[in-house]
Amino acid sequence: MEYTPPPFFKTGPSPLTRLLFFSVLSLAILITDARFKQLEVVRQMVSVVLYPLQRIAFAPLSLARRVGEFFVSHGELRTENERLLRDNLAIATLAQKARALEAENAHMRRLLAAREQRAEPLMLAEVLYAARDPFSQRIVIDKGLQHDVRNGQPVIDAQGVVGQVTRTYPLLAEITLISDKGHLVPVQNVRNGLRSVLAGTGVLGTLEMQFVPHTADVQKGDQLVTSGIDGIYTAGLPVAEVVSIETNAASTFSKVICRPLGGAGSHRQVFVVHGSEALPPRPPEEAEKTPKGRKGRKGG
Amino acid sequence: MINFYPGTPEEILKPATTGFIVFTLAAALLLNLLPWEGWGLWVRPDFVVLVLLYWCIDQPRKIGFGIAWMLGLVMDVSDGSLLGQHALAYTLVAYAGIVLHRRVQRFSITPQALHVVPLLLLNDVIVLLVRLATGSDFPGYWYFFGSVVGGLLWPALSYLLKLPQRPHVDADHA
Repeated sequence: MEYTPPPFFKTGPSPLTRLLFFSVLSLAILITDARFKQLEVVRQMVSVVLYPLQRIAFAPLSLARRVGEFFVSHGELRTENERLLRDNLAIATLAQKARALEAENAHMRRLLAAREQRAEPLMLAEVLYAARDPFSQRIVIDKGLQHDVRNGQPVIDAQGVVGQVTRTYPLLAEITLISDKGHLVPVQNVRNGLRSVLAGTGVLGTLEMQFVPHTADVQKGDQLVTSGIDGIYTAGLPVAEVVSIETNAASTFSKVICRPLGGAGSHRQVFVVHGSEALPPRPPEEAEKTPKGRKGRKGG
Repeated sequence: MINFYPGTPEEILKPATTGFIVFTLAAALLLNLLPWEGWGLWVRPDFVVLVLLYWCIDQPRKIGFGIAWMLGLVMDVSDGSLLGQHALAYTLVAYAGIVLHRRVQRFSITPQALHVVPLLLLNDVIVLLVRLATGSDFPGYWYFFGSVVGGLLWPALSYLLKLPQRPHVDADHA
């Protein structure tokens, strides 16, 4: 059973020694990556080497998509065109109203001396693939550090929030979907302004509103938008719709299940929102930190 | 008909070239990198570990822990998972392959596949343990299905990887 080379052939250390060496190395890397996050450089280097292979692997699907798009029937194109014209008309009227409202809003904000809300620049990115990982919900897009994509930037589609950039490579970026387990979005109910936190459940297309008391005014069909208090998601982006509310007398909070509005998992193109608003620093924490720092300096 | 004894005459094969081993490992990596989605993700075996195991059993002197470990690291980066989990799993599978290679080589293809499936499952279990330790949920028993598919693919794989080593049969002398 045991594989030991005859002593007259020099084969280096025994398999068991090598196994121990590489296992300890792997465990060391695991712990370093999990605890100290110091290995991003290694990750980026490997990803650059891997990029051509990834592109080759993606080529057949991309070709199939293009061929599929080429052979769209005339009828489909006509119905789509009609729908777009109809939508365009509706949007044009809204846009006219919006322009008037925007001017009025800007004027009133000036009166209130409040910060003017600016439109964030959006960048179109193509979804390359869903990460091959049954444990978490992530997608990979074809824009990376080279295109100024940074960690923490929100990603949206035409319907609503899709997720957040969680890892950037030179030419690619990884987006964690809002339905990923442990992903949180601070939201606000459009109907009554109630603030809450929406957590991913790990199941595609299901979100859960956390810590909602039984007495809270939440109804089926309520629209939830980002509240913007986290400084990551800008305020007012549509996120989800309340699907069901379960009240259980045994627990303090109701179980509120929501459905994301962004077509998470089914999109090809998404927008990366550049440069979310910089929030003013939190005053109490700052106040605590500065005296400590001064003390430290004095002591040293 | 399952043949548990090496009754079939062993073929005389040419030694596998290093270039061919590198080529097959790269091809396996490419297969792993294909954009698998939906149920394909569950059925998909880990091609890299399958080919790696094949070479560990067939050519234990030409392939070693270093290569297994590097491939694991590459898979970790491509999956965007915690660095080192695939590296650890591949290293252990390579060890099992190298230690067991004399035993497994004696069997014919079908019992060989029966040896391979537990080793592929070992790979899954290690990755699963690391994921559970870092706070993921158990993804369901379908997670292990890919390894069974890997076992089913073993005969085809071993036929394909032996092709270049078969000596050419000269038609004039046949």
